[in-house]
Amino acid sequence: MPQQPEQRRGLIRRFLEMSPDSVPKTIFVAVAVCLCASMVVSATAVALRPLQATNALRDKQVNILQVAGIYQPGIDVSEAFQAFEAHVLELATGEFADDRFDAATFDDLAAADDPELSVALTDDPASIGRQSRYMTVYLLRDENGALDKVILPLHGYGLWSTLYGFIALEENGNDIYGLQFYEHAETPGLGGEVDNPRWRALWQGKNLFDADGELQITVAKTPPPAGEEFFIDGLAGATLTARGVDNLVRFWMGETGYQPFLANLKEGNI
Amino acid sequence: MAQTRRKLLIDPMVDNNPITLQVLGICSALAVTSSLKVSFVMAIAVVVVTGFSSMFISMLRNQIPGSIRIIVQMVIIASMVIMVDQVLKAYAFEISKTLSVFVGLIITNCIVMGRAEAFAMKNPPVASFIDGVGNGLGYGLILMLVAFVRELFGSGSLFGVTVLETVNNGGWYVPNGMLLLPPSAFFIIGLIIWFFRSWKPDQVEEREYKIQTIGAH
Repeated sequence: MPQQPEQRRGLIRRFLEMSPDSVPKTIFVAVAVCLCASMVVSATAVALRPLQATNALRDKQVNILQVAGIYQPGIDVSEAFQAFEAHVLELATGEFADDRFDAATFDDLAAADDPELSVALTDDPASIGRQSRYMTVYLLRDENGALDKVILPLHGYGLWSTLYGFIALEENGNDIYGLQFYEHAETPGLGGEVDNPRWRALWQGKNLFDADGELQITVAKTPPPAGEEFFIDGLAGATLTARGVDNLVRFWMGETGYQPFLANLKEGNI
Repeated sequence: MAQTRRKLLIDPMVDNNPITLQVLGICSALAVTSSLKVSFVMAIAVVVVTGFSSMFISMLRNQIPGSIRIIVQMVIIASMVIMVDQVLKAYAFEISKTLSVFVGLIITNCIVMGRAEAFAMKNPPVASFIDGVGNGLGYGLILMLVAFVRELFGSGSLFGVTVLETVNNGGWYVPNGMLLLPPSAFFIIGLIIWFFRSWKPDQVEEREYKIQTIGAH
């Protein structure tokens, strides 16, 4: 008779009173702890995702504003960003494909993973594997509505990581206004110096193409034969990151990248 | 009881500091101390993680089987770290970008694991929580000291506010670039340990061996 209450105890209670070192208890604790922990972690992740997405979007907009040279600390980012016109560009033709995609929601990087929207690269100096056939580009117009700058996204592999960034070009599609990376994991102090404002300032006023339309821009240790106006001094102590930047800029400005679009731009077709 | 709790909180600052006495958690102390702001956030993150993970581990301490105790502790610590990382990404995006992988690496910070194994497995939750917070604060204190030296002399600023105008920006101060590189934290931590042990000689470890002089025949 005194045994009876013991049999009525719940399953969990029986487990709690079991010796911690028995096999069923070990399995029970392992499963219970993992279940609780995973629920807590996923709940946090789901609950905070909208805030994080807003942050990521704002960060991207800040970078676009910065590369276009109109960012000042404290400005209203989303309002200032209204100045930009976003378009989805078909790389091969260099024409906008806004009738097929919505530039506000189109995601270049997701598109690069979509077999329907991307191509696998065989000649791949930027080491990106697949390239989206469509990219979101941003146009900035002056007060009179004339084209002032174009902001083009680009990415490629450095030493440790893929660098994601934007290049800002003047309306002729040849003069560089600025280059900025918003995400990378290069060595701080060495390859991480791609973020250094003084190195970024080197890009301003350089040219992409020579008079014959050949792509000449180079990041290197010594100036190329083409001349100083195509030359960006590489980063000391970060040869491989600098080479990565050279490769990715040349790739994206080349024929498989934005060259058709830049040609259209030069002829004033945009 | 109040006395011992106070002791649990204060002891890890100097007398039993996890970095200078126990020499734990050096790796992250090297990585994140080039600016005060980042170190400050890192310190808060570690305080939260050590405090709460010690508390949860202590609550479960009588149920955790000895054979898988390290794994159970890791699961709890890792969950705490992921939560902290997610919160930082949502509310302090800029700083979380600078800290990048180092928040995730709190999981491998020996201090968290060390307190769980050495204290929380044997003591009640409240005491464990205080002990965790105390050790986190002790770690944070050293982090801030190192970051103070590195940021002031490496970049001429404190919390991003320029104190010594550097030559690059038209001032007079030539910054010491070495202080911005991780190895410099080694030197600074070494000097802090030296200072602490001169101040409190009982922290000096006993020699494990003694060089003996053998009389020549």
